Amino acid sequence: MAEPALSIRGLTKVYGNGFQALKGIDLDVQQGDFFALLGPNGAGKSTTLGVVCSLVQKTAGKVSIFGIDVDKDFAKAKYQLGVVPQEFNFNQFEKVLDIVLAQAGYYGMTSREALPRAKQLLTDLGLWEKRNGSARMLSGGMKRRLMIARALMHRPKLLILDEPTAGVDIELRRSMWEYMRRINQDEGTTIILTTHYLEEAESLCRNVAIINNGDIVRNTSVRGLLAELNTETFLIDTSEAITDIPKIDGFEIKQLESTQLSLVVHRGQRLNDVFKALSEQGIQVVSMRNRANRLEEMFVSMVEGSGQGAIDQRVEKKEERV
Amino acid sequence: MNATQTLIALWTLVLKEIKRFTRIWPQTLLPPSITMAMYFIIFGNLIGSRIGDMDGFSYMDFIVPGLIMMSVITNSYSNVASSFFSNKFQRSIEEMMVSPMPNWVILAGFILGGMARGLGVGLIVTIVSLFFTRLTMEHPLLTVLVVVLTSALFSIGGFINALLANKFDDISIVPTFILTPLTYLGGVFYSISMLPDFWQGVSMLNPILYMVNVFRYGFLGVSDIPVGWALAAIFAFIIVLFGIALAMLERGKGIRS
Repeated sequence: MAEPALSIRGLTKVYGNGFQALKGIDLDVQQGDFFALLGPNGAGKSTTLGVVCSLVQKTAGKVSIFGIDVDKDFAKAKYQLGVVPQEFNFNQFEKVLDIVLAQAGYYGMTSREALPRAKQLLTDLGLWEKRNGSARMLSGGMKRRLMIARALMHRPKLLILDEPTAGVDIELRRSMWEYMRRINQDEGTTIILTTHYLEEAESLCRNVAIINNGDIVRNTSVRGLLAELNTETFLIDTSEAITDIPKIDGFEIKQLESTQLSLVVHRGQRLNDVFKALSEQGIQVVSMRNRANRLEEMFVSMVEGSGQGAIDQRVEKKEERV
Repeated sequence: MNATQTLIALWTLVLKEIKRFTRIWPQTLLPPSITMAMYFIIFGNLIGSRIGDMDGFSYMDFIVPGLIMMSVITNSYSNVASSFFSNKFQRSIEEMMVSPMPNWVILAGFILGGMARGLGVGLIVTIVSLFFTRLTMEHPLLTVLVVVLTSALFSIGGFINALLANKFDDISIVPTFILTPLTYLGGVFYSISMLPDFWQGVSMLNPILYMVNVFRYGFLGVSDIPVGWALAAIFAFIIVLFGIALAMLERGKGIRS
């Protein structure tokens, strides 16, 4: 069996102030995978990725990239690795083209190799026209794409994306998803993604690990995780104002607004029963949609179950009309 | 990384540093030439003509090597200190840290960048000085050697300062409160033979005095102190400070959590 793209064993990180960010985590990401690393703020996601990228010094444990132990040959391991960090980390006063070419130079690429590669990546990511402009003049979405182009210059086999679409509008986000899918499927690049947009993880990733309070609380396939989902919450819009909250055996119903109800449906329950009961009580349903995406509900239940209630406010609500 | 890749990485970093200070030339290259032109006019011409000879040379000829060296020292130091700290501040240092570049290449790249600016400014000041005096060089090779070594030494100093700095104020403290006084008291404007014995002894503890004197010896052929000792001291400082800077970088001091 091929070596995992990333293998982590017993990774521990204790910061100087005594805070234990990672409590001996184990994690494998297989080659070619599109992998999501999820968790609330402060859970340990960025620390984990920071250790992998050598931006954070580990306290204990072992990290291997494509079978290369980073303690033994970090330089070789780094050739396999591309990183798109959470925050902009380029010199804002440099030209776009200079930023990507410099990164290629740091990996020892000649300008003859680097220039066509830069042109291809900047064109693919819609930045070629901006190549001679200062990076600070780019929009937030363009800056994120610039960091993706920079990370791909040396053709890494493992790409780490730490919240790559944070603050990016929906249209641009979807085009970035397409691009990430393409490099994963067509070029076989293994991708590890952290995101607060759980819809993103559900849409892109095949496997997922959820980290909370420095521990991996789940590590499974996205499909498997969703299959475990026991409840879904729906929002029901009615044609007229509701005076009495309808009562339907076995279902949890709350009134949110005069013409809106929330309905919790457990696995095995049938929506037909709800419609039938509402109809009998003279309530006409105009529309119905998920309150949030399915993975988000699972995530919230897991994190709350482990005593962590605070979910980042940026979690995106997905509303699907049915 | 193989040798070719290492050289490409080093050249990339050096070129990036040169682009940085040339991009902001009104802040980096222009001010020292204006300031030094003022020194030449006021101290060299106006006041110097009343001072008379110093160590057997006109005052203008005496101060030119010291002022060139002063420019090299301050620009080498401040280039690396501000550039590396800006990289830390903007987190663009992470571009280098995630790459396979060895730490010594990162260190060497910043030092060479600082030397490029320090020596570039030194050359500009030298050209400016030609408007005021006829420069002669008694020992050209020694002159070049000592200015290159001094530039390297203060570039390393700037690097260590930037590694330890947590805010922009921290990179101006050393130049303002240590470097400038040591330079002014390092025999740039006077010969230490003019001082009483006690203050001559105190002056001998100032490392910049050695650099200024050896540099002046290269131009004029006179020095207050033995040239061999001075060169040995500069070499020793470079080796020790380079080792300290590299060890700090390996440990991730100031850049890795």
